[in-house]
Amino acid sequence: MSTVDWKNYDPVLIPDIKDLHQIDVYIKHNGYKAFESVLKDKMKWPDQKSVINEVKEANIRGRGGAGFNAGLKWSFMPPSDGGARYLACNGDESEPGTFKDRKIFEYNPHVFIEGALIAAYAMEITTIYVYIRGEYRVYIEMMEKAIADAYSKGYIGKNILGSGFSVDFYVHSGAGAYICGEETSMLESLEGKRGYPRVKPPFPAQKGLWGRPTTINNIETLAHVPAVISKGASWFKNIGAANHPGPILYGISGHVNKPGVYELPTGVPVLDLIHDVAGGMRNGKKLKAVIPGGSSTPVLRADQLDGITMDSESLRTVGSMLGTAGMVVMDEDTDMVDVLWRIAHFYHHESCGQCTPCREGTGWLEKILLKIKNGDGEVKDLDLLLDLTTQMEGRTICALADAAAWPVRFTINRFRDEFEARCKKSAFALA
Amino acid sequence: MAYEFTKEDLKQIEEIKSRYPEVMPATLPVLWIAQNRFGHVNPEVQKLVAHTLGLPQAHVHGVAEFYTQYYKEEKGKYVLDVCTCLSCQLCGGYDILHYLEDKLGIKKGETTQDGMFTLNEVECLGACGYAPMLQVTNDQYVNHLTKEKVDKLVETLKKGETPGYEKIGMPQHENI
Repeated sequence: MSTVDWKNYDPVLIPDIKDLHQIDVYIKHNGYKAFESVLKDKMKWPDQKSVINEVKEANIRGRGGAGFNAGLKWSFMPPSDGGARYLACNGDESEPGTFKDRKIFEYNPHVFIEGALIAAYAMEITTIYVYIRGEYRVYIEMMEKAIADAYSKGYIGKNILGSGFSVDFYVHSGAGAYICGEETSMLESLEGKRGYPRVKPPFPAQKGLWGRPTTINNIETLAHVPAVISKGASWFKNIGAANHPGPILYGISGHVNKPGVYELPTGVPVLDLIHDVAGGMRNGKKLKAVIPGGSSTPVLRADQLDGITMDSESLRTVGSMLGTAGMVVMDEDTDMVDVLWRIAHFYHHESCGQCTPCREGTGWLEKILLKIKNGDGEVKDLDLLLDLTTQMEGRTICALADAAAWPVRFTINRFRDEFEARCKKSAFALA
Repeated sequence: MAYEFTKEDLKQIEEIKSRYPEVMPATLPVLWIAQNRFGHVNPEVQKLVAHTLGLPQAHVHGVAEFYTQYYKEEKGKYVLDVCTCLSCQLCGGYDILHYLEDKLGIKKGETTQDGMFTLNEVECLGACGYAPMLQVTNDQYVNHLTKEKVDKLVETLKKGETPGYEKIGMPQHENI
């Protein structure tokens, strides 16, 4: 197996440049050149389709968690009928363990704006909205400033740089609801409603915001676009894991010495991220478990991690997923029953209540886990939990029920002894 | 008391409405303007928002109820939202929550008698690498909490000063 050379990697998405968030500094470092190129260089970019094809070829797999090829998603937009078309940028960032997009808002907002503008040009978008979770008030203000600066420099607005292409760009603040990170729920929230996910089909490309064609992309996904345009799809594809290429922001948290957000290639070995990148385990403790990509991705035991790398293919071989690459590291003192109960509590709190299997199911998961946590559970409750997960998965409008069910199934299966030890001995066993 | 938007607010509301093809999408931003103005969006304020936008009161109420950051009743002068979710749980978020409960003499969800502090336990705030942490009244994050840091924060807030932005860079970088 080839190993990714992460030790010599030089960050491109958030490079180590002071004040890059200021538009003049960004422009000085070749900022907005990729956008100018797609607008003006007709030899290189004869039409919108050529831009979409390059992005599709790069295989930027959606960094919000689903991992879908961004360019392919763009190609689903129907031909323009001259009416309104929307790009909704997803900066809701609420999956526990995930805290990466805020680094783009803070340190390199213009690379995201430029990526969104290229996307808008390619898909003939008329208005861009960036949806940012309400708790990120500080970052909302930073983005409003960055967008205003890009307007005043003529990169956003009417007839941009004399190209005839016009687009508007607005920030829309959330107000505290995890579910609004689900793309159709986000559309409802943008429309000023409760964040209830929509039934698909119709997909947003056909009927999105106000019934018009809409594409939804994660912030980091769009931030990768300018480099793909200026350096080419083959440059991007040569970084990191072959099937899940490119630079990626890893958010590392939990029991490590140097938690934080790191920009590295995809496909870095999980154990390298923990022991080398993040400075190893706190207080010299032993590694017990890792949640690789946000709370919904199945937990892995330390003994499952040898040779496993941070990309969807490698993680699939041990029964997990890359998700948002928000990695949560747990040491030997971690109580897995407590952890799972807290995850279940989260999903119960955040279920929108629209579908019965999720509204009721998440409540039951939490309730039964609380009973076990308090020492009042029985071994049969573990099987009841596993049975419950099968009655939730795939039976709801959106994936929140699945996201709640997976951690329960996999944490119990992978730490069954620990859960059984917390359960009361049944009357039968005592006899 | 009768709630009214200022002329400045109304001007801002008009600007917000211009960002969308319909009026309804202004519901969330205008609820934010109202909460920043009045400190909460109780049913009376929701009525004002509905009236200002020409939308049904039931719609505005339904939206306000759905999102946790809108205060549906008056809160303390400072609202301390302590995260206890996953990474914060692993790094002592509950210790911070319980320490604040003891220190302020209230339970989570309650407000101190002098109306100074409301204490909440909240879900993931997206600061997982800087756990444990809390947010002050929907604004600044206070990260890497210890009991000493909590003591200092409470003293600062009692004096009427709010914490500034804590800049946390990228550990692999030198300049940011």
